Amino acid sequence: MIVQALTLTLRLAIMVSAILLVIGVPLAYWLAFSRRRWKFLVEATVSLPIVLPPTVLGFYVLVALGPLSPVGRWYQMLTGHTLAFTFEGLVIGSVLYSLPFAVQPMATSFAAVDQKLLDASALLGASHWRTFWRIVLPLGLPGVLTGLVLSFAHTLGEFGVVLMIGGNIPGATQTVSILIYDQVQALDYATANRTALILLVLCFTMLAILYGLRRRGAWNVWEWR
Amino acid sequence: MSGATTSPLAEQLTVRLTKCFRGESGSLFTLDVELAVAAGFTILFGASGAGKTTLLDCIAGLQTPDEGTIAVGQALLFDSESRVNLPSRRRAVAYLLQSLALFPHMTVEQNVQYGLAALNQRDRDARSGEVLESFRIAALVERRPSEISAGERQRVALARALVTRPRVLLLDEPLTALDAVTKARILDDLRAWNRRHRIPILYVTHDREEVFALGESAIVLEEGHILARGSPHEVLHRPQSETVAQLAGFENIFDGSVTGSHPEYGTMTCRIAGSTLDLEVPLVRVNSSLPLRVGIRAGDILLASSKPQGLSARNVLDGTIASLEQRDMKVIAIVTCGPDFEVHLTLGARESLQLKPGARVWLVVKTYSCHVLQ
Repeated sequence: MIVQALTLTLRLAIMVSAILLVIGVPLAYWLAFSRRRWKFLVEATVSLPIVLPPTVLGFYVLVALGPLSPVGRWYQMLTGHTLAFTFEGLVIGSVLYSLPFAVQPMATSFAAVDQKLLDASALLGASHWRTFWRIVLPLGLPGVLTGLVLSFAHTLGEFGVVLMIGGNIPGATQTVSILIYDQVQALDYATANRTALILLVLCFTMLAILYGLRRRGAWNVWEWR
Repeated sequence: MSGATTSPLAEQLTVRLTKCFRGESGSLFTLDVELAVAAGFTILFGASGAGKTTLLDCIAGLQTPDEGTIAVGQALLFDSESRVNLPSRRRAVAYLLQSLALFPHMTVEQNVQYGLAALNQRDRDARSGEVLESFRIAALVERRPSEISAGERQRVALARALVTRPRVLLLDEPLTALDAVTKARILDDLRAWNRRHRIPILYVTHDREEVFALGESAIVLEEGHILARGSPHEVLHRPQSETVAQLAGFENIFDGSVTGSHPEYGTMTCRIAGSTLDLEVPLVRVNSSLPLRVGIRAGDILLASSKPQGLSARNVLDGTIASLEQRDMKVIAIVTCGPDFEVHLTLGARESLQLKPGARVWLVVKTYSCHVLQ
């Protein structure tokens, strides 16, 4: 039971981090360098999950994924089942929920790259694309890694969104945090304690590695002026 | 990017532009210049906030002029009328900033080869190898910018900019942070490079030594306008305006008025304002209704401990030493003769004349060491 919930949780967290790497990096780049006037609206939207109760976010995603919305109907037509109460649905909800945790550190580190280096790159004939790959991304790498670790850890610990979208189906949508809730509901405190401890140790280890590496300077190898 | 231009008919950089910019004081200036820069070094000289950096930024494409034309030879980089505005990366303009902006996460070799993306690896190695040799940094290829000295970083930045064979080179006070010897060596290598490649080089500096060491021509910029241009000697040795005079290192500048004119001797007499001191100065065409100034370099004044006689110099001024201060290998004396004069002496002169504050001295100033400015 625990093993099943744990593998599911880890699978979810890895997928969410991977997807956030793909959509978070371009989004963060755009937020760091765009001069559009309506940029603040995008910033506010991306940050919304930080302040919104998970149940509110979960509720909207549930509705959007279900047969009541055009997206949900289109997906159902394509695959024959709805996204609600599936692992895929869980992934979508978790990506939205962890988006600010991935994008904010990435955008901050991209924006911190010295403008003079970007000018120098352009003066040496490099396109924006090349400047991004050769200058912005390598120098902003600590922020990208921080964003990925934070969204991974955040997904491990999420509860409200999972409950709203995924329900509690072992092997499909039952994550560790849901399992603990289940065990407490069943008054099985001893098992709940064990499960909770596993999650606590896991999260602590990850954050300890993150901050430990940062302290040792492993992520700031290129700090130089 | 075209190949190296070794022909004597190298393309010249022509600039005519206006742009509003914010000066150092925060007030708005209009940069309004027209200049042609031939192959070789042209010094851009001016106080900070005069618009030098804005001008270079416009040429490099980092800022957009309000109006005007920028071209290298026949190639238009910017033209407000025909709406041409090439992005920086297509201008083939090399621009060296004071901060150098070396890529900190790359080795020296990766930095130098950064602008050669269009070439295959063999050509890239050949081109960078050649330029690494000419700037004497071939031994450093594996190092990162944080692991080399300031002078070496300077060389890497130059090599990185020049390896792309730019059509124009812009240098914004690149050597200010370096000591004189390192600076001179780097300038030698840059001059040698330029003998082979002959492109227009616009070089911003505050440093008078650099102006004479490098300049084939000089342009003085003040508050967005070109104040003077010509050979460094013309611009700095016979300055016609006070700004240039201060920049050119006139330690003594006095207000004055013409009290007599001696066309037969080619001289005139000038009374220094607020004193009874008369100086004999060269006869120049001046507007006598405007205030006039006399500039004298501290190094051009002779100092004597007893009243000198039998001299050709026409100005012998009686005074007392107010202060003596040693700066490096130079003694700076302030002498009161009515107005205060700054005089530069060697350490030996101070010793043999046994100069002390309060001592009576005579200052000797040749007529032609007095520069009339208006």
